Amino acid sequence: MADVKVMTEFNLSCPVPRVADDRIVLAHGGGGRLTHQLIEKIFMPAFGNPMLEQRHDGAVLPLEGVGMKTGSRLAFTTDSFVVRPLIFPGGNIGDLAIHGTVNDLAMCGARPLYLSAGFILEEGLAMDTLRTVVASMQQSAAKAGVQLVTGDTKVVDKGKGDGIFVNTSGIGLIEANVKQTIGPSSVQVGDAVIVSGDLGRHGIAILSVREGLEFESPILSDTASVWPAVEALLNAGIEIHCLRDLTRGGLATTLNEIASDRNICIKLEETLIPVQETVQSACEILGLDPLYVANEGRFAVFVPAAQVDAALEVMRKVPVSQESVRVGRVEETPGRTVVLQSRIGGNRVVDMLSGEQLPRIC
Amino acid sequence: MKFLSEYRDQKAADQLAQQIWKKVTRPWTVMEICGGQTHTIVKCGLEDLLPRDITLVHGPGCPVCVTPIDLIDKAVAIARRPEVIFCSFGDMLRVPGSSKSLFDAKAEGADVRIVYSPLDALKLAKSNPDRQVVFFAVGFETTAPANAMAAWQADHDQVENFSQLVSHVLVPPAMEALLSSESCVVQGFLAAGHVCTVMGYEEYFPIAERYRVPIVVTGFEPLDILEGIFMTVSQLEECRHEVENQYVRATRREGNRPAQERITEVFEVVNRQWRGLGEIPASGFQLRGRFQKYDANRRYPSSAEPARESLECISGLILQGIKKPHECPAFAVKCTPENPLGAPMVSSEGACAAYYHYGRRQSHDRIQPELSGTPSR
Repeated sequence: MADVKVMTEFNLSCPVPRVADDRIVLAHGGGGRLTHQLIEKIFMPAFGNPMLEQRHDGAVLPLEGVGMKTGSRLAFTTDSFVVRPLIFPGGNIGDLAIHGTVNDLAMCGARPLYLSAGFILEEGLAMDTLRTVVASMQQSAAKAGVQLVTGDTKVVDKGKGDGIFVNTSGIGLIEANVKQTIGPSSVQVGDAVIVSGDLGRHGIAILSVREGLEFESPILSDTASVWPAVEALLNAGIEIHCLRDLTRGGLATTLNEIASDRNICIKLEETLIPVQETVQSACEILGLDPLYVANEGRFAVFVPAAQVDAALEVMRKVPVSQESVRVGRVEETPGRTVVLQSRIGGNRVVDMLSGEQLPRIC
Repeated sequence: MKFLSEYRDQKAADQLAQQIWKKVTRPWTVMEICGGQTHTIVKCGLEDLLPRDITLVHGPGCPVCVTPIDLIDKAVAIARRPEVIFCSFGDMLRVPGSSKSLFDAKAEGADVRIVYSPLDALKLAKSNPDRQVVFFAVGFETTAPANAMAAWQADHDQVENFSQLVSHVLVPPAMEALLSSESCVVQGFLAAGHVCTVMGYEEYFPIAERYRVPIVVTGFEPLDILEGIFMTVSQLEECRHEVENQYVRATRREGNRPAQERITEVFEVVNRQWRGLGEIPASGFQLRGRFQKYDANRRYPSSAEPARESLECISGLILQGIKKPHECPAFAVKCTPENPLGAPMVSSEGACAAYYHYGRRQSHDRIQPELSGTPSR
């Protein structure tokens, strides 16, 4: 800190060319003056809060005022974000990095409180891109009610990264009155499966940019914090058995994990599964199945059959989950299977994918 | 959704299924030619709706499945050259060659890219003048016009750093090869709708006549396929063997003439090796005349060691409809999509992959549609 002040006050006129400040250079990760500038000019204005402003190696977090009582528990999670392109229709890697971790906490039934952010930047990255990403991180964090309390930045050689990689870790609070365990172990035969909205928008939005596909109406990513929906369910006293966000691998992969974990059958009805028409069309053209396409603002919730209507009523009042629908139910047999009753009436197994979906020839 | 939802309507499907139940009096074996049709049949569980007397066998119409293994080896060898950007449709990437797939080559550093159109590969060549762009031109008649157009356009724009590794195959000669085999079990065909959209269906009349076999040009949606089956079974029950067109909304008898003209200008018919089936006379395309300068086979002479097929894979029998995927001893045991022994386990259009993904791992009981007046069976 002190060093920096001295340097600027002296205003040395050195013949060495000034470092351009429109691109990331290796020295931005060197721990010296440029690192400092990056923190002060880009990160602090966006995320500044008393804990971050301690400028310490870690954050010391107050627990009073966040609802910590006997019986309440902490949830802790981490996630890394790599996405190409960095900025896509409906969002960018910054939104994703906040929402991804916030949603992971929400899926534990935890109110997201504090996040860390670790940036790995590639030499040559346009500073404007970083600003855009940081600005949306700031906005989505504010909207989700979380504070970014500690962070780190590294810069790698050009060609050794993909612009920006971000890791975020998060701490959330499970309130003392949330007694039940929320997770696959609580899923029971007879439970209803609800999804919080239409599927496949994020994956197709990314693909459309990556592959230069143009649709008449652009498909926007669904990236969003789903905590408000979970909070509403908890406040309404709905007995939540399991919550899962439908990110990589989509609904099909998530349900397969639960079915195989619990040795149960999850039976879906194709006609109930919500997919936007533009997304469905894009999937038809590319030979992809929207059940496997990634979402960034959608989750599945397992509730007792008797509480489906109540749960849907609550969820539909929250913007992020206003199009919630029941898509299926949990049955006993055949175990470890997800079965889909097709529109036509036949049944098929919805399997785990081996590798990524690949567009087919014709 | 327009042009889709109306062909996926449950009520209409039940009615068609009911008509099929009424029509059928004895066992019939019908082959759907195209892998896209196989996919729909298995994905929608159509066999659940059909009487047990109808056996659907899955034909060789999966371009990924029939591309010979030595060509995959060649593709891998070309892709590994440092100057090459190798472009392919997505589902060719995972197909195993003798020892490697294109995905393996990509993981080892080869510049392998997925494109959605051969013209995208041509664009890539124009924007990378210091690299060689090679496009893996596989497929049936359906993809031939676009591939022909890419070569034509390259010639027109004088793009030198573009070439195609051509492995084009044709449906009618393969049908004849199947029908003339002594082990042929097929009594009627659902011809591939999109192949006929390009080529028309005049060339099927002599086949229907010579082998006395009904051929119904059929689409790809569940209702198309049920109607195609109904039309085929009706012919069989009535001892007819005609060429009929179920897919009237997309296919005309003469096909797409401008597309055919472009194909004939760029390609000539040659004998082709089919993976699993062997060589079939006059069953493929290669670049002709002035377009041969875009032939990657000529640009990169082969130096590969002889190709090795898995001894356990029975894909040949499966592509001929003699065996069903789950009748293969290796199916879902040694051969899985993660570790495929043969190509039909790889492509989304491959019969083995369709059976694996959609849970057809053993025979299923048929569910008769619950409609009044359905004859019990």
